[in-house]
Amino acid sequence: MTPEYEFHQRDRDIHPPAFTPVYKTSALRSPRVPLWSLQNSLSEVTGPAFSRDELGPLDNDLIQNYARDGKPIGEQTIVHGRVLDGNDRPVRNTLVEVWQANAGGRYRHRNDSYIAPIDPNFGGCGRMLTDDNGYYFFRTVKPGAYPFRNRVNSWRPAHIHFSVFGSGFAQRLITQMYFEGDPLIPHDSIIATIPDKSAAERLTAKLDLNASLPLECLAYRFDIVLRGSRQTLFENRLHGG
Amino acid sequence: MSSDLYLPETPSQTAGPYVHIGLIPNQAGFDIFDNNFGGDIAGPDVAGERIVIEGRIFDASGHVARDVLVETWQANAAGRYNHPADRQDKALDRAFRGWARTGTDFETGVYRINTIKPGAVAGRRGRKTMAPHISFWIAARGINIALATRMYFGDEAAANASDPVLNIIEQPERRQTLIAARTARDGQTVYTFDIFLGGARETVFFDV
Repeated sequence: MTPEYEFHQRDRDIHPPAFTPVYKTSALRSPRVPLWSLQNSLSEVTGPAFSRDELGPLDNDLIQNYARDGKPIGEQTIVHGRVLDGNDRPVRNTLVEVWQANAGGRYRHRNDSYIAPIDPNFGGCGRMLTDDNGYYFFRTVKPGAYPFRNRVNSWRPAHIHFSVFGSGFAQRLITQMYFEGDPLIPHDSIIATIPDKSAAERLTAKLDLNASLPLECLAYRFDIVLRGSRQTLFENRLHGG
Repeated sequence: MSSDLYLPETPSQTAGPYVHIGLIPNQAGFDIFDNNFGGDIAGPDVAGERIVIEGRIFDASGHVARDVLVETWQANAAGRYNHPADRQDKALDRAFRGWARTGTDFETGVYRINTIKPGAVAGRRGRKTMAPHISFWIAARGINIALATRMYFGDEAAANASDPVLNIIEQPERRQTLIAARTARDGQTVYTFDIFLGGARETVFFDV
């Protein structure tokens, strides 16, 4: 059976290609044979769903969800926005997961040996489901910049990693969000993997003073767009179905 | 195609070396959530043949990649997806979501998923039934946009021979990169599915 809908062909021009020597690690981790293009079957238009009872009440509060004997150090920050699809429709009840370094630029990860200290009160990960409007929000501390091994003096701008599902497995996306005004953005080798500069701008969250909590918390706005879909009813009729 | 008629998709960025923190925090070495998503998805109430899928992921130099996130999506034992878009007249298994997530081990590089063998799924209109398969989605440091592929089952030779997806791959030799060999070990059924990101044995990846 042809699914009743299928996702629009992914516009590969707005994504980084697999092989990007500016980000050296990609060289040996990038297929050389072009991807085989598949028309969507049920295997691509379906995907996992998650429910609120699978998440804990503090899962979207990175200020509290690993606090031991105090609060984490750093700028208290709200990040919020909507998950939409290419048709400008909200993506409802979809799982959004985030992870990040602490305010000093250090990850709570066994493979991170940067000299900035671990924050005993900060884990660095959170998760939430979008609501009926596709809206999500979480509270955290703004992550710090940190160096990484690419060239001898390569630094990552402050960023938060995002993982989003959508309704079908073909919409699955991992990306990174940056902060408006960060002077490291034009120097970053990971952002530079994206050939389309307007695409890179869409990864930069805008300061949202109206959403900030006075005397408490700054806010940034970051909307995410997953692939849109089209009904296949017309095609089915064309085929006499 | 980009145009003013549609919102352009948010660009992908690499999952980076610390993907474990966000998606498999247990493997990153800390315990933060009460409920963790994982790679053991064949709970006691799930119908179907219990199987283990394991393998390693190699870079183009043949080096084992030990920091890769692996997710899988599959139909249940009857060949139906747990999703409203699947209207096939087959039994839904409410105990089985069909999605697994794990990582390659930091020391051995092996990933492992405990699941059930899926049934065959209807293909697109006018095409043959798809042989039993599992969709794979892998993300890691150095992978700018996650890679999609499929695992097929080595003991399904007849179904694989007529599978509409395997058959669009021009070189029959390359189809073999998607077929996992079945073995028995300690009373378990194990399928070995190694993935090659590049090199002479590069796995077939799909633009889905």
